[in-house]
Amino acid sequence: MSVSRRLGPLPVHIALIALVLLWTLPTLATVINSFRPPIAIASSGWWTALVPPFNFTFGNYQSVLTTNNLATSFLNSLTITIPATVIPIAVAAFAAYAFAWMNFPLRNTLFLLLVGLLVVPLQVTLVPVLQAYQAIGLTGTFPAVWLAHTGYGLPFSIYLLRNFFGALPKDLFEAASLDGAGTLTTFFRLVLPLSVPALASLAIFQFLWVWNDLLVALIYLGGQVTVAPMTVTVANLVSSLGQDWQKLTAAAFISTALPLIVFLALQRYFVRGILAGSVKG
Amino acid sequence: MERIPQVAAAIALPIAALLGYIFVAEWLINRTPQRVRPRLRPWIWVGPALAFVGFFLVAPSIQTFILSFKDATSANFVGIDNYTTIANDPTVQLSLRNNVLWIVVFTGVVLIAGLLIALLADRVPYESPVKSLIFLPQAISFVAAGTIWKFIYAYQPQGIEQTGTLNAVVTALGSEPHPWLTEIPTNNFFLIAVAIWAWTGFALVILSAALKGIPLELLEAARVDGASELTVFRRITFPLLLPTITVVATTLIIFALKAFDVVYVMTGGNFDTNVIALRMYQELFNARNAGRASAIAVVLLLTVIPVLWFNLRRFRAQEAIR
Repeated sequence: MSVSRRLGPLPVHIALIALVLLWTLPTLATVINSFRPPIAIASSGWWTALVPPFNFTFGNYQSVLTTNNLATSFLNSLTITIPATVIPIAVAAFAAYAFAWMNFPLRNTLFLLLVGLLVVPLQVTLVPVLQAYQAIGLTGTFPAVWLAHTGYGLPFSIYLLRNFFGALPKDLFEAASLDGAGTLTTFFRLVLPLSVPALASLAIFQFLWVWNDLLVALIYLGGQVTVAPMTVTVANLVSSLGQDWQKLTAAAFISTALPLIVFLALQRYFVRGILAGSVKG
Repeated sequence: MERIPQVAAAIALPIAALLGYIFVAEWLINRTPQRVRPRLRPWIWVGPALAFVGFFLVAPSIQTFILSFKDATSANFVGIDNYTTIANDPTVQLSLRNNVLWIVVFTGVVLIAGLLIALLADRVPYESPVKSLIFLPQAISFVAAGTIWKFIYAYQPQGIEQTGTLNAVVTALGSEPHPWLTEIPTNNFFLIAVAIWAWTGFALVILSAALKGIPLELLEAARVDGASELTVFRRITFPLLLPTITVVATTLIIFALKAFDVVYVMTGGNFDTNVIALRMYQELFNARNAGRASAIAVVLLLTVIPVLWFNLRRFRAQEAIR
């Protein structure tokens, strides 16, 4: 590959840089606004903050954290997201192991059913599940959302893990079996350690999906402040504070901070995981 | 502070329960006669998953179908009344129209933008930061994205200093400012733009990986033979990318069908921007009509069937190659 091709013609650079600027601009604008005083946000655009006199403040973050339940909902989001990430991955790993390496009647039919369920919109399930939850008094509790997210996340998780488990070399399993390793030993000492990339990417997916979810939380938690996650609280701020934008900017950023850290720290796995699930074959 | 034990318990208990389950079940199975073990064991491992999927996806889908023939409180059967009501409901028709708009515009633009950026980024040394920056919005919730984009679309009447980026640009160019989110019917496109912004990175990352999988010799050989860059793309790159493009397109179409958050946060479905998922939510929680909400859900499910059929066919073909 020649140097000129590697550097590309000038129009390519200009187009790319323009696109990247376009894509980052909205986020950047909000970050800048979140550090500006309320009056400034309401009366002038974010770009005016880029020239002196500089007038930045942490006030928005302070006021939103102390007055709008945001600290509570941050903890709620954590309490919801971590189990709702761990449970489906564990349950999916059990199932994917059986689908990839055990023989049983209906195995292919059941797996095909799971692939079909990948596209079922979860809206279809809301009414009956909500009625069942109300009957047993589970609405408005954390386990209600953990279990729901597990159910909704499983088809994708099993699909992805089964593809990965199935691609592990057969010889390894035969060798383990000859050494007298049982099912549990093979699963915990062989399959799981070899599948760390797939498990990690799945964890990021599920984490982002649950953390950023609004619909499931709105429906099964019923919008109570004490259990509301960040998305619900911020969505409420949007409608109630309409004009109190300064708080909204800070709130939006606090809600995005954790997923951004998770994403930036693990993006290597993220991309690899998407590929394991879809591009293969 | 008093929340920390609660958070810790929420993490530890489910893990303990799942590990306990698999160890106890395996222990029990090893107490059964040797010859039944291979027949029992798989069900131990797939059992929990089947239970979850059965309870949260399969059974509710069937039940929704039944509920769609019952009244608001699911007490009496009303035949196809709910279906005739929603078929004649202009707000439902409008929502369906908007979903079609979402499917066409969102899927189309995301695919084209993703492919274009993947092709361009392939030619520069700073490819990976470009991909990261464009992918970044995927980590941002639509609730936060809605807030972010309110600053782009903000509107002040003419003569007052504009605070929204888009109106500042438009007025600087000498035009009038527009209330982008309330102007019918173009406001739908401004909502879809937010979703495009959030999802282009997804298409980009997958398409770019597929692009890297195309053998360089193939492209070089075509170029040596005198093919132009456009011909190389049309005859080699694009056909080889097609399987990946269909996978991405399927994911995007399903997202467009389920679109909810962006509309809920930015317009609440007002100003003719309602979509089917939000319309169903309103029927369920504002109108408290489980029957009609279920009927809308069934309509949504019907629209997914072609995608489902296509997905299964693709999966079968893929398994056959394996």
